[in-house]
Amino acid sequence: MQELDLWSMIFVFMLATFIGFEVIRNVSRLLHTPLMSLTNAISAIAVVGSIIIAGEQKTTATTVLGTIAVFASMTNIISGFLLTDRMLKMFKKREPGK
Amino acid sequence: MSDSFYEHLTQFAYLVATALFIFALKWLSHPKTARRGVLAGVLAMTAAIGGTFLHQEIRHVVGQSGFYEGLKWIGFAIIAGTIVGIPLAMVPLTAVPQRTALSHSFGGLAAGLVGTAKYMLWYGEGEASLNKFRMTAIIVEIILGYLTFTGSLMACGKLQEWIPTRPITYKNQNLINLALLAVAIGVGVLIIFKPMLWWLFPVVVLLSLTFGVLLIIPIGGADMPTVISLLNSYAGLSAVAMGFVLENKLLITAGALDGSSGFILSVIMCRAMNRSFTNVLFGAFGQVKASSVVAEKRAVKSATAQDAAQLLETANLAVVVPGYGMAVAQAQHRVRELYDQLTKRGVDVKFAIHPVAGRMPGHMNVLLAEAEIPYEKLIEMDDINSEMPRVDVALVIGANDVVNPAARHDKGSPIYGMPIIDADKAKTVLAIKRTMNPGFAGIDNELYTMDNTLMVFGDAKAVVGDIVRALAGQAGH
Repeated sequence: MQELDLWSMIFVFMLATFIGFEVIRNVSRLLHTPLMSLTNAISAIAVVGSIIIAGEQKTTATTVLGTIAVFASMTNIISGFLLTDRMLKMFKKREPGK
Repeated sequence: MSDSFYEHLTQFAYLVATALFIFALKWLSHPKTARRGVLAGVLAMTAAIGGTFLHQEIRHVVGQSGFYEGLKWIGFAIIAGTIVGIPLAMVPLTAVPQRTALSHSFGGLAAGLVGTAKYMLWYGEGEASLNKFRMTAIIVEIILGYLTFTGSLMACGKLQEWIPTRPITYKNQNLINLALLAVAIGVGVLIIFKPMLWWLFPVVVLLSLTFGVLLIIPIGGADMPTVISLLNSYAGLSAVAMGFVLENKLLITAGALDGSSGFILSVIMCRAMNRSFTNVLFGAFGQVKASSVVAEKRAVKSATAQDAAQLLETANLAVVVPGYGMAVAQAQHRVRELYDQLTKRGVDVKFAIHPVAGRMPGHMNVLLAEAEIPYEKLIEMDDINSEMPRVDVALVIGANDVVNPAARHDKGSPIYGMPIIDADKAKTVLAIKRTMNPGFAGIDNELYTMDNTLMVFGDAKAVVGDIVRALAGQAGH
């Protein structure tokens, strides 16, 4: 790998971490459980790497490992987003009519 | 169309996904916009997955062997993941902490497997492919990935009570754990310099898997909010390491967002218990012996549900302090009925939420929101404490250590210094408890023997139900 790429990746990592800190600091404590299940789904971005490994089909062993990784990540994506939405629906101000 | 066109398209999709992920978290900051955040997240993930299918190697495979042969494995995994994912999203809210732990474990597993596969592929290409940079990234990825995998599985088992929730300790535990981690890192460094010694690789994997188990064994239920947050952070960081391995900036960004989120939550949890990371991970909280000063046995005043109903009814401002015990007793819907009864009578009812009440960050809020208690009635510890002296009745349901005044003044107490909800400052305290047994940490709670405290003994669900009936009965007369 070129050294330039390594450094640009480190820059991306640092900047993304700062953005993460700033954005997440503002999340209301009310919503920390949905926050965690949403970030579960977001960190299932590992699906990208898993799809590449499983899709390249270079060797049987790596295809199997990649496929299991796609399965694991996909589980997190589906359950993470669905659960977050299910919980957020419960946060109501006052129910109408009362 | 040319490869470079597709490459640009992939990168563009990744760029859009990155922006949407940031918006997803930004919108989550407030309940009003939060659901929009989920939508942004779904769109981001769709863009990310779509962009990935345009990856050159995948198009190459599809071009050679057709759509079905090329994509059947991925398709199968996606369908299977969806089938397993849907029921996991439908668990009762009391079980959300264990689902979350399981999800961290899957995240760690995916990272570990991709790291392993990448090592195998580059190993096949020869030593030139396994340069130090790639090897370092792979080793970080597999150590983090595999220890998150087993550690989170253990946390899940403890939360589900398949494994004893109390800390499991043995002699020289911390020494053994640290030595194990040191050996794993040592072997990892060795293989970075000697990448063709392939048998070192499974050694690192096994050591990481073992370390994950041993790391979580000594941790007790009350520390789970911190541990889950920490594992959340590890799962994110292992995705970052995967990004470095695959030279993929989207993985780095999204992983970093998750990593920083987990880190912030861990810090909040630690502060809420006045403990450090090292203390949580190596302190085995439940083993701490309660302070040797045995408080002289003071008389406990007990009251019936009817007494409690009367007290609550005549209050202007009542504050409910819920703890994990409320969730264990499944009392939250009864609490909601109580809230309704009291609100109807003009009593202002608020809920005081300690950050570590429950088994994961924000757990108590979700449980009360499910019982349809309006979220603006859920007040954070720091905000409610200033109001406490004006509170007529503080109703403690299933909370213990988070209302123990010893945390403020008793230097000998293991929880000394922990921020607490000042329930004792209310004019009257009603505490619902099964028995006088001390709580999780094994510490006597002087709140229960104070002059202005009345104990209502019994199961939280039954007692709150009785109070509600007493209130409703009076209304009928």
